[in-house]
Amino acid sequence: MDLGTIWFILWGVLWAVYFILDGFDLGLGTLLPFLAKTDDEKRVFYNAMGPFWDGNEVWLITAGGVTFAAFPATYAVMFSGMYSALMLLLFALIIRGVCFEFRSKVESPGWKKLWDTCLFIGSFAPALLLGVAFANIFKGIPIDQDHIFQGTLFTLLNPYGLAGGILFVLMFAHHGALWLAIKSEGSLRLRAFAMAAKLWPIMAGWIVLFLVFSMFATNLFSNYLRWPLLLAILLIPVGGLVLTKVYAAKARAWAAWAASAAVIGGTALFGVMGIFPALLPSSLSPAFSMTIENSASSPLTLSIMLGVALVFVPVVIAYQIWNFRTFRHPVTKEDLDYEEAY
Amino acid sequence: MDTLMLSRLQFAFATFIHFIFVPLTLGLSILVAYMETKYVRTGDETYKKMAKFWGKLFLINFALGVVTGITLEFQFGTNWSRYSMYVGDIFGSLLAIEATAAFFLESTFVAVWVFGWKVLSKKFHAACIWIVAFAANLSAVWIILANGFMQNPVGYVIRNGRAELDSFYAVITNGFAWSQYVHTVVGSYVLAGFFVMGVSAWHLLRKQNIDFFTRSFRIGLGFALVAAFVVAIQGHSHGNEVARLQPAKLAAMESHWETGRNVPMYLLSIPDEKNEKNSLEAIGIPSMLSILAFNDPNAEVKGLKDFAAEDRPPVTLTFLSFRLMVGLGTLMIILTVWGFLKRKNLLDNPGYLKLMIWAIPAPYLALQAGWAVAEVGRQPWIVYGLMRTKDAVSPIAASQVAVSLAAFVVVYLLLAALDIYLLAKFARKSPA
Ligand code: HDD
Ligand code: HEM
Ligand code: HEM
Repeated sequence: MDLGTIWFILWGVLWAVYFILDGFDLGLGTLLPFLAKTDDEKRVFYNAMGPFWDGNEVWLITAGGVTFAAFPATYAVMFSGMYSALMLLLFALIIRGVCFEFRSKVESPGWKKLWDTCLFIGSFAPALLLGVAFANIFKGIPIDQDHIFQGTLFTLLNPYGLAGGILFVLMFAHHGALWLAIKSEGSLRLRAFAMAAKLWPIMAGWIVLFLVFSMFATNLFSNYLRWPLLLAILLIPVGGLVLTKVYAAKARAWAAWAASAAVIGGTALFGVMGIFPALLPSSLSPAFSMTIENSASSPLTLSIMLGVALVFVPVVIAYQIWNFRTFRHPVTKEDLDYEEAY
Repeated sequence: MDTLMLSRLQFAFATFIHFIFVPLTLGLSILVAYMETKYVRTGDETYKKMAKFWGKLFLINFALGVVTGITLEFQFGTNWSRYSMYVGDIFGSLLAIEATAAFFLESTFVAVWVFGWKVLSKKFHAACIWIVAFAANLSAVWIILANGFMQNPVGYVIRNGRAELDSFYAVITNGFAWSQYVHTVVGSYVLAGFFVMGVSAWHLLRKQNIDFFTRSFRIGLGFALVAAFVVAIQGHSHGNEVARLQPAKLAAMESHWETGRNVPMYLLSIPDEKNEKNSLEAIGIPSMLSILAFNDPNAEVKGLKDFAAEDRPPVTLTFLSFRLMVGLGTLMIILTVWGFLKRKNLLDNPGYLKLMIWAIPAPYLALQAGWAVAEVGRQPWIVYGLMRTKDAVSPIAASQVAVSLAAFVVVYLLLAALDIYLLAKFARKSPA
């Protein structure tokens, strides 16, 4: 495999990991107004994400940084082309990011309500926008021969893009509900499982719908027709979908969550492998697409970055897993009384 | 305004706001780590309270550093796409390394530190905040190596219509960037020291928790005292580097128009950019500029007139920012030396304590001014001598940028105001 292809796969994997990890935070924030009743319950939401959300968000920074490092021309065209959508995403992530530190710092219902609203918007909007953005990447966006984007924010809001947005919201909300089941106790835990059970059929139906829609609206399947073995990737989200239902029914929260992670990661990888070797297909003509060929960095940069990734990423994964293990227990009343808690 | 001007304003605004929060993170993390280490070593509960009190302020500030950083990471793509294509081969990898090597470490261990007071052993918990401090200062390495490449491009070849990496070693051993790095982080230590001293002074004036805040004050003082000297001395040698590598910037910093030898430095001057001269020059120190720039009274210092008008940076802004930074640097040396002399009887010097509350903004202004010198003085180049800022901007509609700029201003100012409110609120609390 050449360096360009290796980096293409790593690029897809990084985005998938980001969706899996921040997906549960964004899903939890989206569910906050629907599941949390009392102030203590709301605080369970915050503290269930507390030790993890920033570390999860850094996967986004890394995915962005790796796009820049490995495929600078794609980074340039993708983010300037989707300018308004990206700005909306960033502002949403900003207001989400400050909620944690701000919310419990002032004892006033109005203040708390403000940050609860921000957490909801700052979680729901990124889920939706990421879905819209990635559906449009799968479908291709109107970039011309000079790699200039010929459209507006509304170009991205086409039916397929919106379907992708809803897909992400559903997958993340389901994922978040299972995380809540891991990190809560008593009636909240039961409601979390119930929410996951309610979301599951909608999500499963929507995934099928999205796959069918993809056959008509995109060229994603042409790669799979060429290399049918690749279709095995579909086993990941489909298998995850079945298993998450099975485990959730047995109240095995961790296993159900891991299977739900497979749904999200598998869906993302399925799309990314479908556009290979383009990173950003052009809907005007395949010749204008941003591909490995016309956007990759020099072999020297790619190999140095590969070295960096091989050294640091396993270390990162190791200490992040350790972090997840250290704070895997449900958030208890005692945890909420802990003076540093959110 | 066009896309270029709006993008410049947006980038400048976003980075300035980010850099309100970053220096305190860089410096205060070290002080908190020091306090907690003292607690682990001596078992003295006061140090634990210190780590918690200053740690809380650290975290409030840290949150804003995080959220304002994330927009910057993507702005190279959104607003400077031609730049990103042209130098991404080199520049992009530095940003990616920053994230993988430093941000992960920092964000993970800061969370472990917050939630780990009861879960982890004392020693390990203290180690976590040291990791945070290390990672913060490491992230600055990579971002400044990236900026250093823009100031003094090295290790590249022009190939395939872009700057491609030729020697990674040259990029990460860029002397100019390391000089910038030392100057920036040490400047940040001055800031953290002044922050701790200022807040402590507020409490000391009210005679509350005297032991706690006297000790805190002394810790801040020691840190700032050393750092204030280092930043000035090292700033001078950094100036030498600027003189050697970016003569147009140096000339703008001093508003120096005519090339010559034995160039004096005027303590007072007023630049007049239109007429290419200074409308006022007074209190000259003979040969001082030659000495400052090249350590030699006879050295020739190039004047602005030697550069084509389109190769000159904006003079007035660069000049004033430089003066402000150096002026404040001098003031802060005086303040820390004064404090050192009074360190044994701080409470008997309410005038000095009051002054130290008002001195909190001084290092903030000095740091912002310093970056204005570095970045405005680099104009019209985005990568010095290699690419002009006007060729770097994205091909996007000005209206888009106008809207996002307006949103930045509103959101950031609101958040900054809330953050300052919370900092002030928790800074005035008495330590638990
Ligand atoms: C507390 C902050 C602080 C203080 C007291 C000083 N500086 Fe500074 N200065 C900075 C904080 C700073 C900075 C914000 O960190 C900059 C911006 C870019 C950089 O590398 O450092 C900077 C830039 C900067 C530059 C331009 C660098 C460039 O173009 O890349 C020069 C020549 C100096 N400084 C020199 C000095 C001198 C001679 C000082 C004597 C008192 C001084 N600085 C005090
Ligand atoms: C945190 C401290 C920094 C501050 C306060 C700062 C400030 C500024 C300012 C004032 C400008 C506008 C200059 C002008 O157009 O006249 C600017 C431009 C810019 N800076 Fe910085 N900067 C900082 C750090 C950095 C770093 C670390 C990088 C790179 C990694 C960087 C990259 C750029 C770029 C790409 C532009 C836009 C093009 C230009 O106008 O030159 N800056 N910055
Ligand atoms: C214009 C260039 C810059 C970019 C693209 C940038 C990017 C970022 C990002 C993405 C974060 C958030 C990390 C997180 O989520 O944990 C951040 C935070 C931070 N940045 Fe910047 N930054 C820039 C300028 C600077 C400069 C000049 C410095 C230091 C001198 C600096 C030092 C830091 C530090 C210490 C933090 C604290 C928070 C953290 O690391 O998590 N940054 N920056």
